[in-house]
Amino acid sequence: MQLEIQRPGEYSMRAENAHAHNDDRESTSTTVFGFWIYLMTDAMLFATLFATYAVLFTSYAGGEGPRELFELPFVAVETFLLLVSSTTYGFAMIAARAENRTATLVWLGLTFALGAGFLGMEMHEFGGLIAEGNGPARSAFLSGFFTLVGTHGLHVAAGLVWIAVMVGQVVAFGFSETIMRRLMCLSLFWHFLDVVWICVFSIVYLLGVILNG
Amino acid sequence: MVDVPGVSGADHASTSDTHAGHGTYASYLVGFGLSVLLTAIAFWVVMEPMLSRTATILVVAGVGLVQICVQNFYFMHLDRRSERWNFISFFFTVLIIAIMVGGSLWIMYHLNANMMR
Repeated sequence: MQLEIQRPGEYSMRAENAHAHNDDRESTSTTVFGFWIYLMTDAMLFATLFATYAVLFTSYAGGEGPRELFELPFVAVETFLLLVSSTTYGFAMIAARAENRTATLVWLGLTFALGAGFLGMEMHEFGGLIAEGNGPARSAFLSGFFTLVGTHGLHVAAGLVWIAVMVGQVVAFGFSETIMRRLMCLSLFWHFLDVVWICVFSIVYLLGVILNG
Repeated sequence: MVDVPGVSGADHASTSDTHAGHGTYASYLVGFGLSVLLTAIAFWVVMEPMLSRTATILVVAGVGLVQICVQNFYFMHLDRRSERWNFISFFFTVLIIAIMVGGSLWIMYHLNANMMR
């Protein structure tokens, strides 16, 4: 924790803009913490969906189970794309701290492309399942699957919109305190989605296949 | 709060000293490498079944938990240097999730077993 004790008299000795920076830093730290609390509540939301899936995931209603429906090599590629995108976002943050606009935009663009690739693969998988009559209405297992994995996908889609908006803001406004604060929150959001995906591929795909006889 | 050498420096106008533990290229690459390795182990033991079912489940769960810790540390910078309340709220969330998921499974599987009799 940062100890920042403001002594009486110190305030008057500071230049006006130094004081403004101080307020900015205070508000950045508060905002990032607030965003962290949001992520924690989002984790609880995902936990309820995981609990639902874990209760329902052997109820195939006479239909096909994970072993027939999931293609693990496909999921491994999806996982790899999301993992690389998490790393490229980290590089974007390093470039942003160095106030290197070109590098930041390149890394953000790469993160967007990888995230879009992940989402495209997921929509392809969903489309294939639904086309074969294995949509969310087929069995309790598939309802749980589409709700959980779809909710993660929606979060990734929201993250992509946010990345696009931040690319525009970095181009337009550079690296002001406000922009850095937003980039930090997006950083937590994007890494958080990768952590949730670890649970998704471990529990939904891998455990689903193992426990499917 | 500890400054990471070479990241925040003495520039107090920068944001870098308001939030501890920023990564470097090296630390992100270490996190990435470990995550790839752990993911590969998990997929490998399932795709090339060589262990008993119980052992496979334990390996997948184990490397999954380790990978969550790796990413929390290398990507989210959740460690002893980070803000104390981030840490406390994280452990509170883990506790709530454990109660919620564990409790749901406990109740529903018992209910299932009793209804089938």
